[in-house]
Order: sequence, then C-alpha cells, then structure tokens
Amino acid sequence: IIFYIFSTLYFQLSFSPLVPQENAGQFFSSGHTNNWAVLVCTSRFWFNYRHVANTLSVYRSVKRLGIPDSHIVLMLADDMACNHRNPKPATVFSHKNMELNVYGDDVEVDYRGYEVTVENFLRVLTGRLPPSTPRSKRLLSDDRSNILIYLTGHGGNGFLKFQDSEEISNVELADAFEQMWQKRRYNELLFIIDTCQGASMYERFYSPNLMALASSQVGEDSLSHQPDLAIGVHLMDRYTFYLLEFLEDIHPSSKANMNDLFKVCPKSQCVSTPGHRTDLFLRDPGSALITDFFGSVRKVEITMETINLTEPIQQRQKETYSYVDQLPVSEIIHQKPKQKDWHPPDGFILGLWTLILLVFFKTYGMKHLKHIF
Amino acid sequence: IIVGVPLWWRTTETYRAWLPVSQINELSNLQLQLSAEVEVVFARGTVTPEQQKKVPLTQIQDEEHTVDGDLFINAVCLVVTKIRRLQGNICLKCVFSRGHSFEVQDMDVYVGQRRTALLRIGAQMRVGKTLDQLLAHLEPRIKQVLQVMSFSHTDISAALSDRVRLSPGNKESIADSMRTFKSSPGYEITFSLLNPDPKSHRLHWDIEGAVQTYIQPLLTKLASVANFSIDSQTLYYAMLGVNPRFDSSLSAYTLHSDSLAHVINPVEARLGSNAASSNPVLNFLLYVPDAHHSPLYIHDRKKQEVPSNAFHSPRWGGIMVYNVNGFYGPEAVFPVDVNINMAKVMGVFLAQLRLLLGVQSSTAPSGFLVAPCGSNGLADWELDRLMWSRSVENVATATTTITSLAQLLEQIGNIVINDNIAEQVSSAVTSLQLAVAELETGNLRFALQYSKEAILASERAFFDPSLLHLLYFPDDQKFAIYIPLFLPMCVPILLSLLKIVSDARQKRREKQAKKD
Repeated sequence: IIFYIFSTLYFQLSFSPLVPQENAGQFFSSGHTNNWAVLVCTSRFWFNYRHVANTLSVYRSVKRLGIPDSHIVLMLADDMACNHRNPKPATVFSHKNMELNVYGDDVEVDYRGYEVTVENFLRVLTGRLPPSTPRSKRLLSDDRSNILIYLTGHGGNGFLKFQDSEEISNVELADAFEQMWQKRRYNELLFIIDTCQGASMYERFYSPNLMALASSQVGEDSLSHQPDLAIGVHLMDRYTFYLLEFLEDIHPSSKANMNDLFKVCPKSQCVSTPGHRTDLFLRDPGSALITDFFGSVRKVEITMETINLTEPIQQRQKETYSYVDQLPVSEIIHQKPKQKDWHPPDGFILGLWTLILLVFFKTYGMKHLKHIF
Repeated sequence: IIVGVPLWWRTTETYRAWLPVSQINELSNLQLQLSAEVEVVFARGTVTPEQQKKVPLTQIQDEEHTVDGDLFINAVCLVVTKIRRLQGNICLKCVFSRGHSFEVQDMDVYVGQRRTALLRIGAQMRVGKTLDQLLAHLEPRIKQVLQVMSFSHTDISAALSDRVRLSPGNKESIADSMRTFKSSPGYEITFSLLNPDPKSHRLHWDIEGAVQTYIQPLLTKLASVANFSIDSQTLYYAMLGVNPRFDSSLSAYTLHSDSLAHVINPVEARLGSNAASSNPVLNFLLYVPDAHHSPLYIHDRKKQEVPSNAFHSPRWGGIMVYNVNGFYGPEAVFPVDVNINMAKVMGVFLAQLRLLLGVQSSTAPSGFLVAPCGSNGLADWELDRLMWSRSVENVATATTTITSLAQLLEQIGNIVINDNIAEQVSSAVTSLQLAVAELETGNLRFALQYSKEAILASERAFFDPSLLHLLYFPDDQKFAIYIPLFLPMCVPILLSLLKIVSDARQKRREKQAKKD
C-alpha cells in the first residue's frame, strides 16, 4: 500500500503538484499505522486446558500474520505446557490427534499465573501501570493503533471470571474502553470474547470505534469442541476452533473483510449463536480488512529525496570505558543507612508489655500501685 | 450517636484533595490565539520614499478560523516596516526586492536557511501607485509566506487532531499527520545494520562518527523540542522475508513496491528496544543484500528505479538497501571487507528522520524556491514551524487529558485523590494557562516549554497508578457490609423507641383525662 509524495526540497528541481495514486484510497481507509493485541486467558486448573489453547491459537495466528511480540500482551492464567498432568510436556495442542502444537518455541507470555488479575488487566488497558513495569508488559498504543482484544474463560451474564476468585463486569470493561478513548489510546478496537453468555460483555460499550464479537448470546453456553483421549481434556472451544480454521486461510496480503469473520461458526457448527456488535464502529464492517486487526500490514512510502552531505566524518578519539567507571561504586559503598520513620510499637510488643505489667501488678498486689501513682 | 456518627463518617470517607475544577472547565472552552511577527524590509528602489512614509508602522491582521465550532484560532500578523531588530522575539523577515536578483524567472519567493524570505516585487508596483493598492499587493503575499514558514490553518488543524477528529479533507495533511510521530518528551533512534550474509561480506560502518557528524547537529538543534537517545546494532542472518524477483533486463534483483509492506514485520521481531523507557522508537535499517541477490533495487509503481533505494513507514522508521557488489570483483576472496559510505547512507536517513519528525513540509506553493537545509539538517524557520505545531499539539493534548481526568474523577465518587495528583493537576493547569498566554504574544520558546511542562504534569496525573476505580467499593457493596451488622442491633432499639413513644402518648392521654 504505497503513497507518493513529490517533495519540495530536492535541490534546485522545479516543483510538481502532488499526484495521489489509485491506491491512495486504501491508504486512508483504515487510518492506522500500527497494530496491538491483548490476549487474555482467565482460567486456572488443568481441566481448563481449552482456554489456554484458545488464547495460544489466536496468539499464533496473530504472530503469523505479522504482529511482533513487542506489540502483543499475552496473559495466561495457568501454565498448561509444563503442568504436571500434561502427558506431552512443553506442548499445547489445538486439535485432536495432536496435529497442531500451538505452544511452539517462541511463545512470549507477558503476564503469567497469578499476575493475571482484573486489576492488572485494567491497568494494562488504561495504562496506569507503576513506573517500574517493563516495556513488554505495557500497552503502548497511540491514536493510530488498531487493537485486538481477545478474552476467554468462564463467564456469565455480565461478568467474566478471573482465576476462579474474582470477576470483571461489563460495566467496568466499558468504562475502561471509555478511558482508553478519552486518552486516544486506540484508533479502532476489535473485541472478541469466547465464554458462556459472551454477548452480555459487550452490551454496555459506549465508546466510538469499537467492534465486538462473542461466541454465544445471553442465556446460551459456549461449548467445547472435542476431547482428546490421550491428553484427557477438551482441547479447544468450538468458536475459537472455527475461528482458527478461518484464520489459517488468511495470509498477510489477504483482502478478506469483517463480514467474513461474522460468518465464522454458524449455529450448525457451534451449538451456540455467535453475536457481533458494529453500531459503534464508524466505518462499514465490509471495508475493514481482517488484517487491519489480526495482522500488521505496514503502510509504506518511498523515500523520494535525500540530503547531500559533504562533510567528512570527524575522527574522534575512541573512548574506552571500563566497567568499574560505569558503576557509582564509591556511592554504593559509602551509602548512609536510610532514615526510617519512627512507628509506634507493633501489636505484638504492646501485647507482651501489657502481659508483663499485668503479671507484675498481680503478684505484687494493688496496694503498691498507690505508691506509684 | 453524637460521638459515633461523625467518627464513623470521618473514618470511612475517601480522601479527595481539592482540584481546580472551575479552571479546568474554563480550559475546555479554549480559545487559542497565535501571533507571529514579521518584519518587512523594502530594498532600495522598490518603493518610492513617499510611499514608504505612508505605509503604516504596525498593522495587525486577524484571521479567525473555527475548528469544529469548538476552538477559535486567530492568526495575528504584525507588520513592522522599520528595520528594527526586536529583542528576544523570533520574527520573520520578508524582504522585497527588485527582480534582477532572481536568476530563475518563475520564482517569486526565495526562502532562506534562517528566517528570511526574499520576495520579488511586481514590476507594475515600481511605478507610483496609491497606498491601498500597494498594501493590497503586499498583504496576500506576506500571508502566503507566513503560511509556508510559520503556520497555516491546515497545520494547526492537524496539530489539534487529537482533540477534534477531523473528517478526511486534505489528503496531504492527513498523510502528514499519520506519518509524523506524536509529540512526546523523548524519542529513541535505533540504527541497525542487517547483514544476511556474513560469509560473503564483512561490513564496517563507522556509525558513531557518522551519528556525531551528521545526525547529532540536527538533534542538538531539536533539543528544545524533545530528548533523543541513539543506539545502534548489527544483526546477522536477518533476512528480508520477501523474495526479490530477478529482472534480466537490468540483470539485477528488484523489489516491487507492493511487497515492501511485508518486509518490515519479520525484521521487527528481532530488532529489540530499550526495556526501561516507554518513548516511541524510530528504527533506521540498513540492509546489505547477500551476494546471491545483489544488486537489489527498489522499484516504484511505475517500475522505475528509486534513486535513494530506500523507503519508510509512517510512525515506524526507514529502510535503505545498500548494494555492495560494486566494491569487489568476481575473483574476490570471501569474506570481503566492505566499508560503507556513511555520508550517502546518512543522507537518506536524515531525510527520512526529517519526514518522520514532522520537520519536512509537504509542498510549497508554486513560485516558491526553498533553499536546501544547511549542515544542521534543519533550517531555522522549519524549527519554528515545528515548534508552533508542537506547542499547539501539546496544549490540545494536555487540555483533553485534564478535562477528561476531571470528568472521570467527578463521575466516580469513590476514587481517592491523593495530594500528589492534585498537585500535578494544578501545575498542569497553570502551565497550560501560561502556554496559551505565550502563544498569544508569539514567544515560541516559552510557549513550547510551558506546553511541555503541562503535558508531563497532566500525563503523570492521568496515569497515576492509584487512580483505579476497581480498588474502591461501590455503594451497593457498602450496604451489603453494614446491613448484617446493624440490622440486628437496630431492631430492639427501634422497638424500644416505639415503646417509649407509645408510653409518652398514653401518659399524655391520661393527663388529659385527669384534667377533664
């Protein structure tokens, strides 16, 4: 997708007016320059193997279509590949007969195990992370980023269960997206959820440029696809299984659009009815390409001009650094101990002293108190 | 009750420091006024002395522009005819001169490297004409120069696009706004050398010297706009990911422009970035094709060779293909030592850097001749232009942040507002007001500084980790806690109260009966 600009500063050339190309329409139709993905699996325990496999298969498709690890925030609540009950360690399969190992060799999990909490998820979305958080755990999107958010796990009418102990409600999710919009942290956002009664999670959205897909309507359960007898658990959920099948046919230069995505997994294949919501999306879904969200097709412009540099490179003295000089060793050695604030004595010390005083006065009787006071 | 209720109230209320809400609401109805000063110099022989005496000393031109009905921008232009150097203000000079100093016949305006523009005065104006006609001839031309060298309606609208999302109007400005990085306090620039074939080529590039000589002057000049940190790396066995086609007519390999979009992704995974900072990264890649696929040329849509052999991606960086097969013959012993010509490479990277940072303007109107930028890589007026748009962008972003933060905090009554957040918000509001005032008077440097302070404070306040509404209890959960505790206690109290009331009533009735 190329756009031409005949630039002005090309030495003493005369100027020609701007010539837009035929594909200029394509350049402007999506309006995004980078892609991000936030993929979350919220369930623990071995029997929720399928949720991890769901998330990892979406991760795999998204990476294959071009989004690099630095732009993917992958949150897995449990480790299935190295689980003690996994008969094939270091693998997570998505199809029975172990056809497709979605774990691979270069999975980069950003939030793992107990770090996958509602709080961390909301912090990632809104950007309110403590300053010590490394770059790989942040969602550094700007106003020209298209973000794909994929949630899977156990859910209900209006909530999604995290780690078997807490929930995120659809109101909180809608508020988080609104805060993202206020700070222009996304250009367009595609929200996919594969849980029971998933459609309830996107009912409350009110920010612009959101498109949502869910695997089942309110009152319906999302069902899993098939168990594998060797591994002993269900491997994938139906919606994500057919979604993965659909995505396997997409390659980076594909022109398939969102209307094809809505047709994935009809009621005959998934027993539940998948739903979608596009009223908040400003463009026509038919003009939004699958690769706008799942892939990372960069816009490219040819560099038409150069600058003529004539100065020779200055010869500088090569400075050699020694390791010792780069560490403030003297500062570290001669550090003064930090002033600690005085706290009143802790509960245990207080209790101990009270006990001693009581015992003292009990043994010696109350008359002595009169002498003291 | 007298003691308990206030005590309970104090201990369970959330601490909310005071925020200047009225000032924040004022900010949301922002009226920006931008003023630029222009000094107009008439060279000898252009206007007669009588005309010169009659031209007014200062003239202010106001232009009002509305952006989405929300913001009003006035572009104010002061025209001073005396040759007087104004202290401390950055001002443009428009020098009118006769035609013979222009070599090229079509050019009417020559824009210099500093802040001077040389305008050719029309032949018909040399003859004595009335004052109004002279002014009518001068003003639109000065306005045009001002639009090119300082700011124009499209520039400011693009800078405000964060606050007001515009419908696609001018395709040029949209491409510009999509390409340039958003205003940020710091940027990271990474230069990478990709060598897919270390068995054949041993590449040497003096990146430190090249950066010091060519790139650093530009960055030093831009130091008031942002901080830059530069690093470099060499990647071996990094493939392009796209198969180039062999063109027998050129006996070279070609990369068609359609496939360029897919080049970046396989490489980006290996590029890496500084884990400690969250600044946007500009990547500049130098790709040396392997010996079997040399030489490699990039072709545009019309199947013509691109002279720079480079392309760039908006908000990401640039890639240049550098062919080294010309440096050695077929009988060379592999691996061959190759010294890369850094001047040529940096020429391309510098041009791409200027585009990505928003320094480059797209097109000048016809009749303008712009001097090539100097050894700094940046003309003074280009820096001014950048500073105008950055200041406006910063002010708009900071305003949006503060107003949406105030709205959010009002909506969710349970969030604790710590003192440091209130401090940041207050300082952001003050800096914003100062920045708007400086923009009005045209002090660019101060305006940019204040706007940067405003942005830093507002971002710190908005993204403070403690502002998470999840951590605070909504009202229905509060009731759920208190009811099981207080309801059993309240029942006997209420019943006894009722008993007291009924007893008192009965006594009163008895008293009444006794009286009667």
